[in-house]
Amino acid sequence: MPETLHNDMAIRARGLTKEFGHVVAVNDLDLDVPRARIYGFLGPNGSGKSTTIRMLCGLLTPTHGDISVLGYSIPKEAEALRRKVGYMTQKFSLYEDLTVTENLNFMANIYTMTRAERKQRIPAAVERYELDRLLKQRAGTLSGGQKQRLALAASTLHGPELLFLDEPTSAVDPENRRAFWEILFDLVAEDTTVLVSTHYMDEAERCHSLAILDLGVLVASGSPDELSDNIKASVVVVESPRPRKVSKFLDQQAFVHSTAQVGNTLRVMVDLDLQAPAEVTRKVIEEAGLPIDSCEKARPSLEDVFVAATQARKAERDLAA
Amino acid sequence: MKSLQRILAVFLKEVRQLRRDRLTFGMIVGIPVIQLMMFGYAINMDVRHIPAGVADMSSTAASREAVMNMAQTQVIDIVAQAADAQQLELLMRQGEISVGIYVPSDYERRRQQPGRAAIQLMVDGTDTVVQGAVAQMVQSGRTSPYNDQQPVTEMRIYYNPERRSPVNTVPGLIGVILTMTMIMFTAVAIVRERERGNLELLITTPVRSSELMLAKVLPYVVIGLIQVTLVLLLGNLVFDVPLRGTLLDVYTVSLLFIVANLALGLVISTLVQTQFQAMQLTFFILLPSILLSGFMFPFDGMPRPAQIIAEALPMTHFMRLIRGVILRGATLPELSAELFVLVGFILAAMTLAILRFNKRLD
Repeated sequence: MPETLHNDMAIRARGLTKEFGHVVAVNDLDLDVPRARIYGFLGPNGSGKSTTIRMLCGLLTPTHGDISVLGYSIPKEAEALRRKVGYMTQKFSLYEDLTVTENLNFMANIYTMTRAERKQRIPAAVERYELDRLLKQRAGTLSGGQKQRLALAASTLHGPELLFLDEPTSAVDPENRRAFWEILFDLVAEDTTVLVSTHYMDEAERCHSLAILDLGVLVASGSPDELSDNIKASVVVVESPRPRKVSKFLDQQAFVHSTAQVGNTLRVMVDLDLQAPAEVTRKVIEEAGLPIDSCEKARPSLEDVFVAATQARKAERDLAA
Repeated sequence: MKSLQRILAVFLKEVRQLRRDRLTFGMIVGIPVIQLMMFGYAINMDVRHIPAGVADMSSTAASREAVMNMAQTQVIDIVAQAADAQQLELLMRQGEISVGIYVPSDYERRRQQPGRAAIQLMVDGTDTVVQGAVAQMVQSGRTSPYNDQQPVTEMRIYYNPERRSPVNTVPGLIGVILTMTMIMFTAVAIVRERERGNLELLITTPVRSSELMLAKVLPYVVIGLIQVTLVLLLGNLVFDVPLRGTLLDVYTVSLLFIVANLALGLVISTLVQTQFQAMQLTFFILLPSILLSGFMFPFDGMPRPAQIIAEALPMTHFMRLIRGVILRGATLPELSAELFVLVGFILAAMTLAILRFNKRLD
């Protein structure tokens, strides 16, 4: 991203590092999150997603690095930033012993909204997040999807320019997840920037751009398409009546990075510089006397990108060790 | 055999978890040690060194010796000389002395008349143990060349002449109840928000730590005052405990004590992670508060180290204040020293709490 564009950036971080004792949770991270986009943090548990989000909203002090969020220098100007951001925690963090209405009123007052603002914004949020039939219900008795809608309603009540969502859909069924993402796109259409962390591939696919984190290091970033195009491996899909046997055999081949079974098919990642990868793969399987139905090159999915990126890192680490 | 294996598995897991829970582990060792030290060593019903004042109107060798004889029993310590009986009463109301020795100007003449009281002992009746100790001292008096016959001593019990124990316990009970509830309520209230994740949300909002603390504490101030009212009302209606000071003074003193305890609760909340730990720590403060503050056992009977610990507890100062106001009818200016200590305690604890309660997670 060119330097001159950085005014269009909602978040800009350079050399962001967080150490907890001897553990480096986030290591030398550079981030550029454009405004009015959904930006995803994709990574397994413990990859530093939550720590990064907490540093970006000033909850944790970075060990090193510079952060600018909406033009504020963080953590120094974190207090001034608080009115302009919304934060939805991984765990439901509203009051379970208060009703939906009471929770929303509480948050409205914490953000010092006027009576007129409250009268306009709370009903609007209730309608948008379909909470109208739950108003008198205590938050603790809501379902996972309802809680999540309430949490999102509460964190967007004050109209934040930037929304941090830390694994927002981990306790939500697929249907509700779909609806949730529709709302996120509505928010983006209203110029909100959304930063969302997830470990679901299907959610990551929906983001405008992504950062893939692994053990606190940014291993790849870009739009899902860019990431698929730039993957440092080819993907071959193999169909076989004996997928386990074929998979174990392929894993021993030098040109194979990894195999993953999906039903009776195998997704095989092979060296990028291998010419005609499908043909080569088919040949070695047949030469080993293993059954094979089909073997074709395929477009890499985000999961392939993720596996390739984290494996490349692992290889580097093993080499270093 | 299989049952034994399962029992052993759970048993070992329990021991392992216990070893990692430092606070519980501390209680296992700490509670018996503290209790043993306090009951066996600090708490002494055989009271000595009760602060006493003397107003010797006769000022003769015999009168001085009579007073000396009393001091030599070590039950009382002469800490003040007064000009007259009124000054002795004032000193007692202020809590400076618990015993006033009044020797009338015609001491020599009175002493010669058998059966006539030659010395008057004014005893603060707000603590029945102190009363008992003084009574015993008088009975076991001795004679000497100047006082060949033991002078007849008249004891006058102030503030609780009928020696009814509710009169002594009810004002102090306000302190016990407030210590128990106020510290625990605030500590638990803040820790609960942290445990449930509410705090993580709150600290990303514009609410300031000082605002958060103040607002969290205010409801409990009201609850504390309701508790004070309840104890006062029941004490008066059921146990006929007098109120000699003004109601305003009672509430002022109680309010200070409530705030001191709430501040202490806030400090605790910044030290612990779970509600259970908050309750454990509250217990660590409650136990010495009940035993060392002078509520159950007289402060003067405790050895110096225990007294030093007691001076650090807000309850000790409150006990002196509330007994002074309710039972001795003391006014706040007369008790200003204790008031200053409480205010100082509040300022220190509040500062510590706000410094420790950071609006960050690290």
